[in-house]
Amino acid sequence: MLLLIGVFLSLSLGRYSNDPIKVLNVLLSKLGMNVPVDPAMVGIVFNVRLPRVLASVMIGAMLSLSGAVYQSVFRNPLVSPDLLGVSSGAAVGASAAILLGAGLATRQIFAFAGGILAVLVTSLVPRLLRNRSNMMLVLSGIIVGGFLSSVLAIMKFVAEEQTQLASIVYWQLGSLASILGNELFAILPVFLVCSTLLLLLSWRINILSFGDLEARTLGVNLRQVRTIVIICASLLTASAVSISGTIGWVGLVIPHLSRLIAGSDNTRSMPVTLLIGAIFMLMIDTLARTVSTVEVPLSILTGFVGAPLYALLLYKQRTRLE
Amino acid sequence: MGALLQVKDLGFSYNGSRQIFKDISFEVQQGEIVCLLGPNGIGKTTLLNCLARLREPLQGSVLLNGEDMADLPAREVARIIGYVPQTLIPSFDYTVLEYVVTGNAPWLGTFEKPGPEHYQRAEEALQQMGISHLAQKPYTRISTGELQQVSIARAIAQKARLILMDEPTAHLDYGNQLKVLRLIKDLSAKGYGIVLTTHNPDQVLLLDAKAAIIDHQSIFHFGSWQDILTEELLSAMYGVPLRLIEVEGIDRMVSIAPSL
Repeated sequence: MLLLIGVFLSLSLGRYSNDPIKVLNVLLSKLGMNVPVDPAMVGIVFNVRLPRVLASVMIGAMLSLSGAVYQSVFRNPLVSPDLLGVSSGAAVGASAAILLGAGLATRQIFAFAGGILAVLVTSLVPRLLRNRSNMMLVLSGIIVGGFLSSVLAIMKFVAEEQTQLASIVYWQLGSLASILGNELFAILPVFLVCSTLLLLLSWRINILSFGDLEARTLGVNLRQVRTIVIICASLLTASAVSISGTIGWVGLVIPHLSRLIAGSDNTRSMPVTLLIGAIFMLMIDTLARTVSTVEVPLSILTGFVGAPLYALLLYKQRTRLE
Repeated sequence: MGALLQVKDLGFSYNGSRQIFKDISFEVQQGEIVCLLGPNGIGKTTLLNCLARLREPLQGSVLLNGEDMADLPAREVARIIGYVPQTLIPSFDYTVLEYVVTGNAPWLGTFEKPGPEHYQRAEEALQQMGISHLAQKPYTRISTGELQQVSIARAIAQKARLILMDEPTAHLDYGNQLKVLRLIKDLSAKGYGIVLTTHNPDQVLLLDAKAAIIDHQSIFHFGSWQDILTEELLSAMYGVPLRLIEVEGIDRMVSIAPSL
């Protein structure tokens, strides 16, 4: 409900006109009602604002859900969805596309492929070392992430300063300014399938968060469930990042907030995470496009809002931390 | 009716090099308590983990109700064997009830979630342990003794018939140690088979249990305490003089050290 109100308010805000009545009329006329409409407004609502609003809702939900899942699987509330190198892989992919002078669509495909490749390499290392513990996977993520950030640094170093370097930096700060409708349709299936699977597995994710030993003595097929869960969460992050660039803080803070509201049981906190993540990102993106005449990159805002919010959450939980 | 658990010529070594133990054979019947004794580092916990299929033995086999455990799916094993680890290391603050209800996992499909009847079962398990009042508390904020009871309650919610416990009294004060031993005795009276590791030979006598001993020379002894516990064995195994004495007034044997 709150999400619907938020969507409507966000649709009403923008540079062209801030009149919610006009927007309401546009929506009602689309539903077949006979109301006076501003033709320019129709175009703005459906071609500009709506794709963006939907994108922010979806990306917020994807990032925070995968954050919640990663935190549970790795038994660490400080983990964010880029633990296994998704974001750095996507950044390298996007930068490669920028250096090659490719267009937006290619950049997104490269980013997605880079993110998934990075996670694959990360999960390959424990296999090669014949130690499939969670700790090995985390360390492997650090290795891959570190390596990729050097690759990214080289790319920035050789990039042409005025155009390419600026694009790379801008991409890394995240933005939904250039979002189009068909990108939404590209990530929608990933969003639907992976979120559904994760929500269905939410109770098993509780058991994963007890650690390997307990999960195995409860008869859980640890490798199978953990693999599905990590693949889904990584796909969600990679898809989100591929169209928006990297966006910090969301995947870290929102799951915390949800656990505080709904309790730690993932069967309840994961749906809440999904919703709050959507609302949070919607707010952030609306701010990003309305607060000044130039677009503000999303990571700047998520940092300004997310960091103090995180501090507040820690303050509320301070007695529980030892 | 065969034994609940049958261990046949079990042997284990890490990476095939250093033999930890070998030629271990014993049985556990319903309602029986078996205490695993042995000096530090001799492989008590490793043996327990082999019984829980957390580790794969190098030689021999473990039969569960007559079936080789290695051939059973994990879910089937978990329906019979419950495992109570030495310490729980909580990560998120689930409530006690949310934690205990996960005992239903081996009875649910991968995509299923627990329903009212599963929560009911968890509540009954808490009641059996006498800790219903803890149900809504976060399990990160209860005492170590209570946490041990919660862990046992989950094994009961699991409907396990054999409960394996790794040093169930290790981190408890003296009062809680005795309370947990009392619970173990009650469970065996209800028909649960129990295998536990312990550092205190007196617990075998307190529980009137069978003893499975891996001694200082890695030789395995098994039987009722009356048959195999001797002062010689205990003293040699722990490398200190120990006495087995009948104490008047409490009408039981105790294993106790003479003055130092």
